[in-house]
Amino acid sequence: MKPDDRNITWIQEPRLGLAGKSYVLLFLQGLTTTLLHVFRRKLTVQSPEQRHEIPDPLIYRGVHRLNRDERGRVKCVACFLCATACPAHCIDIVAADHRDHVAHGAPAVPGPWPDREKYPQFFTIDELRCIFCGMCEEACPVDAIELTSFYDLSGKSREEMIFDKQKLLSVFDETKDTEPMKSKRD
Amino acid sequence: MLPLILEPLLKIALLIAGLMTAAAYLVLVERWIAAWVQDRLGPNRVGIPLTKIRLFGLGQPIADGVKFLFKAEFTPTHVDKVLYFVAPMSIFMAAMVVFAVIPFGSVLPPNIFPASWGIKEPIRLVAAPGLDVGMIYVFAVGSIAVYGVVLGGWASNNKYSFLGGLRSSAQLISYELPLGLGIIGVVLASGSLRLDAIVSHQAQAGVWNVLAQPLGFVVFCVASFAEAARLPFDLPEAEQELVGGYHTEYLGIKLMMYLVAEFLHMVTASFLIVILFLGGWHFWGLTGSSDVVTWPVAVLRVIVLLVKVMGVILFFMLARWSWPRFRYDQLMDVAWKVMIPWGLVNLVVVAVWLEYGDHLARWVGLSAERSMTAVGFGVLFLCWLVAVIADPTRGDNHPRRSARATGDAEDKTPRDCGPGEAEMQP
Repeated sequence: MKPDDRNITWIQEPRLGLAGKSYVLLFLQGLTTTLLHVFRRKLTVQSPEQRHEIPDPLIYRGVHRLNRDERGRVKCVACFLCATACPAHCIDIVAADHRDHVAHGAPAVPGPWPDREKYPQFFTIDELRCIFCGMCEEACPVDAIELTSFYDLSGKSREEMIFDKQKLLSVFDETKDTEPMKSKRD
Repeated sequence: MLPLILEPLLKIALLIAGLMTAAAYLVLVERWIAAWVQDRLGPNRVGIPLTKIRLFGLGQPIADGVKFLFKAEFTPTHVDKVLYFVAPMSIFMAAMVVFAVIPFGSVLPPNIFPASWGIKEPIRLVAAPGLDVGMIYVFAVGSIAVYGVVLGGWASNNKYSFLGGLRSSAQLISYELPLGLGIIGVVLASGSLRLDAIVSHQAQAGVWNVLAQPLGFVVFCVASFAEAARLPFDLPEAEQELVGGYHTEYLGIKLMMYLVAEFLHMVTASFLIVILFLGGWHFWGLTGSSDVVTWPVAVLRVIVLLVKVMGVILFFMLARWSWPRFRYDQLMDVAWKVMIPWGLVNLVVVAVWLEYGDHLARWVGLSAERSMTAVGFGVLFLCWLVAVIADPTRGDNHPRRSARATGDAEDKTPRDCGPGEAEMQP
């Protein structure tokens, strides 16, 4: 690219005023700014002794949980909306479908929960792939999947970080008192 | 014979141990200052291993050093093997050897050694006392540091390193001149190239050179910031632009040599600023000025010197976060269009003052020291005013648009004001 290329827009640097040209005032300004910051209150949170203060745990996007309904069953109806919405493809659901058995001519076996067409036989979230965007929570029509305020999860292996249904339900059991379900809030 | 050998050896051991420790802990101080300026706490957790004792993070430098030592000694395949090894060694050697002539105190009374050793003279706190070419030695050896930077950039065979090395060579060579001009005034005034003699001169006169020659101080200070490659003159490294500059390809102990050498440059620059301009170990009414000292005064002088040096180092570190980096052409403009003329003016003023100053002071009716201070600050203000009005650093780094290439008949580009509104239209 040549300097006289018509596609180049040359931008002129701003003209300095007298204060800028003299440098001394700006010199003092910079020095006082940094000096004042040296003595200012520090913002560091000394984790893990101190914990981050989460302004509103109800809208925080930490690790997921699978909510239970009144009878203690998983609320999820295995509609796959969360897995579809997930931009990181970290949700894997295997649905057990009551109607399948009917369609294949097998005897109509009643599902475990007759009030529901489907339920998740397996529900796994790869927490290492997850980007914690919360789109699964937004997509869920039955308020089954929610993000909690639990942010410092860690594990010793990749396998350990793939959360299955039991683990996600246990996150709910731990957090249900401090963070009520969306549908239970006013 | 033995004491003659033992005395310098002790001083050298003290210097090397002190400098290595200082460099390690200055890294910690630098990180603290960086953190505090950014409203953080900085490293504060590493203390005594296997205990809960944290000691404000004072174990951090040791942990860092051990980490550097145990890193894999990896040599990239594309480097020039010999120069790749020589470069960090040369810069490290140059940074250490400079301290041979830099006094880290005044004198000690001779009774530190047993009387049977027969040392009668007061012991000078310099590794090589009485070296008459002290200042020249500092600059001669200090210049070798450029080799480390340029060779490191060249040997790495990496374009970022190479750019860093190139920038650095131009920068360091440019700023040698104002650095030299800054000290010539001091050398003229004190009549000696020995650093301890320069301090004694300031102590006896009772006027620090920063008061007598403020212009020289400004020139020297700016130049030593550039020589130590500290912000706002850190173009050789410029993390944001050049990854790591000339030491991008280095790791482990070789990288540590570079980093320690950089910190030692800063320490050297601080020592020189304090010794040449801020009175060295002298403080009014506290340290006296004669060469014969008692123990308390000797210790006090060391403390005063080190406190001053620490103050300058803290200023170096704070400066890093206070002002943005110069652009490359601005860097060169500051050296060639401002600092060198200022240095020359300072030199002329000092020379004229030494010749006619006494007459002038008598004529005005002030004491010689006071009138020198007044003249010094007057000259500083005038030079600053000229620089503000003439604005020599205002450059225009756009390539010239030639009239023929664009097809415009009239060449409207004045030489000194850059492309105006008219040329900016497509």
